[in-house]
Amino acid sequence: MTDSGAVADDAPQEVPGTAVEAPADPPVVPPDSGSSPRSTVGGTILVTLLAFVTALAIGAILIAVSDQSTRDASSYFFSYPWDTFSRAGSAIGNAYKALFEGAIYNPHTAANHTAAGYLGPISETLVNATPLIVGGLSVGLAFRAGLFNIGGQGQIIMGAIFAGYVGFHWHMSAPFHVILAILAGMLGGGLWGGLAGLLKARTGAHEVITTIMLNYIAFFTLAYLLSVRGFQAPPYGQAISNPVDGNVHLWPLLGSSMRVHAGLLLALGASAFVWWLLKYSTLGFKLRAVGANPFAARTAGMGVENSYVTVMFIAGALCGLAGVSQILGTNTQITGDIDAGIGFDAITVALLGRANAVGIVFAGLLFGALHAGGSTMQAYTPIDLVQVLQSLIVLFIAAPAVIRALYRIKATTGSSGAALAKGWNG
Amino acid sequence: MRHATKIVALTSAVLLVAAGCGSKPASNSGNNPTSSGKKISACMVLDTGGVDDHSFNQSSYAGLTAAAAANPNIKVSYVASNSQNDYTPNLTAETNANCDTVIAVGGLMYQAVATIAKANPNQHYAEIDNSNQGLANVYGLQYNTAQGGFLGGYLAAAMSKTGKVATYGGLNIPPVTIYMDGFWEGVQYYNAQKHKSVKVLGWNEKNQKAGTFAGSFTDLNKGKTISDAFIQQGADIIFPVAGGTGLGSGAAAAASGGKVSVIWVDTDGFVSAPQYGKYFLTSVTKGLASSVTTYANAVASGTFPSGSYIGTLKNGGTGLAPFHNFDSVVPASTKAELAAITTGIENGSIQITSPSQPK
Repeated sequence: MTDSGAVADDAPQEVPGTAVEAPADPPVVPPDSGSSPRSTVGGTILVTLLAFVTALAIGAILIAVSDQSTRDASSYFFSYPWDTFSRAGSAIGNAYKALFEGAIYNPHTAANHTAAGYLGPISETLVNATPLIVGGLSVGLAFRAGLFNIGGQGQIIMGAIFAGYVGFHWHMSAPFHVILAILAGMLGGGLWGGLAGLLKARTGAHEVITTIMLNYIAFFTLAYLLSVRGFQAPPYGQAISNPVDGNVHLWPLLGSSMRVHAGLLLALGASAFVWWLLKYSTLGFKLRAVGANPFAARTAGMGVENSYVTVMFIAGALCGLAGVSQILGTNTQITGDIDAGIGFDAITVALLGRANAVGIVFAGLLFGALHAGGSTMQAYTPIDLVQVLQSLIVLFIAAPAVIRALYRIKATTGSSGAALAKGWNG
Repeated sequence: MRHATKIVALTSAVLLVAAGCGSKPASNSGNNPTSSGKKISACMVLDTGGVDDHSFNQSSYAGLTAAAAANPNIKVSYVASNSQNDYTPNLTAETNANCDTVIAVGGLMYQAVATIAKANPNQHYAEIDNSNQGLANVYGLQYNTAQGGFLGGYLAAAMSKTGKVATYGGLNIPPVTIYMDGFWEGVQYYNAQKHKSVKVLGWNEKNQKAGTFAGSFTDLNKGKTISDAFIQQGADIIFPVAGGTGLGSGAAAAASGGKVSVIWVDTDGFVSAPQYGKYFLTSVTKGLASSVTTYANAVASGTFPSGSYIGTLKNGGTGLAPFHNFDSVVPASTKAELAAITTGIENGSIQITSPSQPK
């Protein structure tokens, strides 16, 4: 877990009381596994992998149970059990094969020998991962400062509104326009997040409550805007915004036949920024100190309130970037569900990535793959099962004790959930 | 822990034994009746909400399955969209799946449809709730439900004892408010004809930004709260345009002990929500299923319709469902007036002014 490694690097500066993230150095490490931080990483990856496998196994049972022909066969299980097993097997096999084909590589489309045939599924995975990564960074960053940002939905919507408005209402030459639209989106999300931070700093209002309420306000603001001439697209028969100008589209990375767009680069840039911010910057140190123990941070002379506003502004701006990716990259028009559930999926991505930048990139890619594969998988199984699968993975990762008990793994890491749970009582 | 596992295992085993005692059905291959003619596949890309949304997606797909049930040559399938992000990949997947026609359910995907239809000029598409956008390989299906709503409004005004009727929507979006516009206009028409002053609570066509909305198409309690407030203000007929939220109006009508009745929306509520059937005065219908069936049959017969279809009173694309339990309650004179209004709307002597009408 690089997370605890990072703290260990900073150890000399550490504020007293940051015990939450301090690695409980494992006395039970096998002697040949190298230094202790590495083995901690190994342990986390092993638990994550096993959580994934366990979730797939339970998902397989659900796929079999939800398959009509398997259910039909199970009614005569004792006279001819083979039918039940073979049908369940083919249902599970088909579903997971479709998941793989939708997310990684599809031999059927590859047979066309076009770039889109080979790389299309990967492109879809990356398209889906892009907003999840930035959203996850937003939630993860707030976690590290002890705040639980459930306001991703509202911040994404605000980001999309700002970026979209600049995109379709202003007209100017290409490079300025796209940069301005991106900045506008980040500003929109940042203001919306910063508002929650300000409310917490000034009044002590809990960010969980304020961000949820701000989600509603953003959602209905968008619903209103989608009925306003100038925002709504003519002939005003649908709740959909004007399409953004061609020159604010985030350019496609793999040619126009695939959807993966430059938003991915923005997302990776944002991850690098967050990684740097938390690991090397003074501000990041302050944020982590406040997250670990606000009282100690205050005693050490840090402006706890200011850091709430700052971190929520940055977190909001990151979600705003997810909104930018939605409106300037994946879509060209805003509808009521422009947020596409990303604001909430981002929380799971952040949890899965253990609130650290590198972990979040991988978690975002995994969820992107599940989203992309989910849409092909629905040919064999209800699409809701994909969401159940995602939830199971997160459930097992959030409760590593279950996985350790199941596979008889000795606990080697400190409680990695503790930093995340802080958000609730921060 | 271990004990609990044993109990679970034992219980599952018992259930399996109980469930698995049947015998294998004899295989019945070769039951293909005389199916001649070309086989076609019609694929549907659903909007968000799932295939069982009791509304838009469900009615559209029901139209397709009805066509398939009647004609064994029609093979149907669907993919659902989780969000607007899925429109393009779903349309692409269905286009690549050798479908004879791809039916997009929802006007929000019009740009995705236009893009893919231009890129695949030999593939046929249809889009529900949008025009064909001038494309030769797209068929648009739209519904002027303001016409049906007009009849509903007139009927409500004629049947109200308190002189107050009410309507509310799920969200303030054109596919919803078009019904409310029609309803409002129907009441105004009644007032003008009969020199009455029946009031409409919850909506005024002249003020499209205001009005009563539940903010949800699934929140039954919200529907009941809104309906109770309307009843408090004296309304005795309520027209919810809010999908499942509208069931709350049924609950409110039931609680009123029959003093309040409801006009259902989209489908015949007497059939689709029978638990409140006896409180449904009638329903304002949107002929999604029947028009999709017609389209699928046309495709099966080898002719791809082009242009745009607009569902009206005349072609059955919208209208009033039967009165069912209220058949004996609605006076014959009112029924005759409704028939006259239907003719008036059809021949254009009655003009509907809703800004949300398909053009």
